[in-house]
Amino acid sequence: MALTNADVAKLADLARIQLTDEELASMASQLDVILDAVASVSEVAKADVAPTSHALDLTNVFREDVVKPSLPIQEVLAMAPAVEDDRFRVPRILGEES
Amino acid sequence: MTDLTRFTAAQLAAMLGAQEVSSQEVTRAHLDRIAEVDDDIHAFLFVDAERALDTALQIDNRRSAGETLHPLAGVPVAVKDVFCYTGTPTTCASKILQGWYPPYNATVVQRLLDAGMVILGKTNMDEFAMGSSTENSAFGPTRNPWDLTRIPGGSGGGSAASLAGFEAPLAIGSDTGGSIRQPAAVTGTVGTKPTYGGSSRYGLIAMASSLDTPGPCARNVLDAALLHAVISGYDPQDSTSINAAPADVVTAARSSDVRGMKIGIVKELSGEGYSEGVEARFNEAVELLASAGAEVIEVSCPHFPAALGAYYLIMPSEVSSNLARFDAMRYGLRVGDDQVNSAEQVMRLTRDAGLGAEVKRRIILGTYALSSGYYDAYYGSAQKVRTLIIQDFAQAFSQVDVLVSPTTPTTAFPLGERLDDPMAMYMADLCTIPSNLAGNCAASFPAGLAPDDGLPVGIQVMAPVMCDDRLYRVGSALERLLEASWGSPLLAQLDKEQR
Repeated sequence: MALTNADVAKLADLARIQLTDEELASMASQLDVILDAVASVSEVAKADVAPTSHALDLTNVFREDVVKPSLPIQEVLAMAPAVEDDRFRVPRILGEES
Repeated sequence: MTDLTRFTAAQLAAMLGAQEVSSQEVTRAHLDRIAEVDDDIHAFLFVDAERALDTALQIDNRRSAGETLHPLAGVPVAVKDVFCYTGTPTTCASKILQGWYPPYNATVVQRLLDAGMVILGKTNMDEFAMGSSTENSAFGPTRNPWDLTRIPGGSGGGSAASLAGFEAPLAIGSDTGGSIRQPAAVTGTVGTKPTYGGSSRYGLIAMASSLDTPGPCARNVLDAALLHAVISGYDPQDSTSINAAPADVVTAARSSDVRGMKIGIVKELSGEGYSEGVEARFNEAVELLASAGAEVIEVSCPHFPAALGAYYLIMPSEVSSNLARFDAMRYGLRVGDDQVNSAEQVMRLTRDAGLGAEVKRRIILGTYALSSGYYDAYYGSAQKVRTLIIQDFAQAFSQVDVLVSPTTPTTAFPLGERLDDPMAMYMADLCTIPSNLAGNCAASFPAGLAPDDGLPVGIQVMAPVMCDDRLYRVGSALERLLEASWGSPLLAQLDKEQR
């Protein structure tokens, strides 16, 4: 199957990556090659095989419910792109200016 | 005095313990070597000279005051730039994290510091550990000390090259599909992917969480085991950490005894696509093990040919999820925040500017494999193949103690050769991927130089979950036998060429 530039643009949009037209074109053909090469997994994987999501057989690893100190707020915020009042300052997230 | 950069970590540890040499002298010798050769090799993204010398001074003072220290205290080590280490930029070789200083230490880093080891700096890698050549670094490739026109492997090419270039006696790597073992193979060094869950992922910046495994890189088998012992063991900060005592890898590395061991050659990991030079050295290594008393048989793992396909669906799927955290909101690069653009627009612009082509390719591939309508055919099928790979290993390990194969199908390829051909690049991980999917341990050991091109070849040894000691038993036996035939360690031959 062949991925179109529009398919890749949709996927890039879902992944929140803005691609240039050049990037779109080369990405579509490269993804096709990769998908061709990996497609055989669906032939090997028979219906009666159980899927494995993880190599270790672990479920619900809990720790004691004890309060521990968090990372120092100033050190965490020191590396933020923008800060205001001990919080991360982010661009607008609503459709209209507030 | 003989150049301190030519000693093994075990020798340095003994000399430091006997106070025949100071950690400051050892550290300075390695920093001098880095200054001398790293413009050519580019193994390091950041050299932490001042703090390394300061740590060395503290260790020297504590030792001369009579304090009992860890045997490796004062020995230098290089750390792949995928591990958080406070006070050093931690970039994953990505522009999106350029200049980012982490607010905490990775468990692996903390264990190095607790042992009194001297961290020299952060080593180069493929961006976010995605690649097999270190060419995907946003800050320029690392070059193979054996031939500066060739790749040092990847993603941990910086760590492996720092060892082969005598810039560090020990290094830390991370292995998701072969990123410790394949660089070890093509640089003539030793690299181990411990059992998944045997070494903590806390503070290791995630690529594919069900596969990522921190591990040791070294120039010889004993050194690798000594470092393996420092960094492994249960960590409550990592929910997938195994709460059990790790295998005694150091004793195994000193045993060099394979008498009575059953060794299985994986039938499916040979033949077409494997270079003659690689096969020649691999076969020779297996014959040596047989001559030392191991029983060698051929074992079939019928689903291994499907492992590469399963890996290149599972890994990108996890990548697409893990790398969503690089959203320009809390840390790292932010592009286009002009008070008009929305948060989503800033995310898109930042991720386009900050992420390299291979990272984008894998995020988009993973997004596709997980999307509704394709999930069953791709991610779902890959998960089933993962089950089949685990069953193949279980069946094989019911017949033999360890499995062996070449580590990688070819020796180091020229820089640039596979950059525009993702599938050719992915083939470099053909032999290493099954152990990541199944979670068992595996290591690469030097097997000599390929007769056709004179470049290093690695032999991979794979052992069951939590049987990491078996890797070192086989590795140490092989090292003893091969070095007897070579007359010196493999890297001594490179050293002669360089002088």
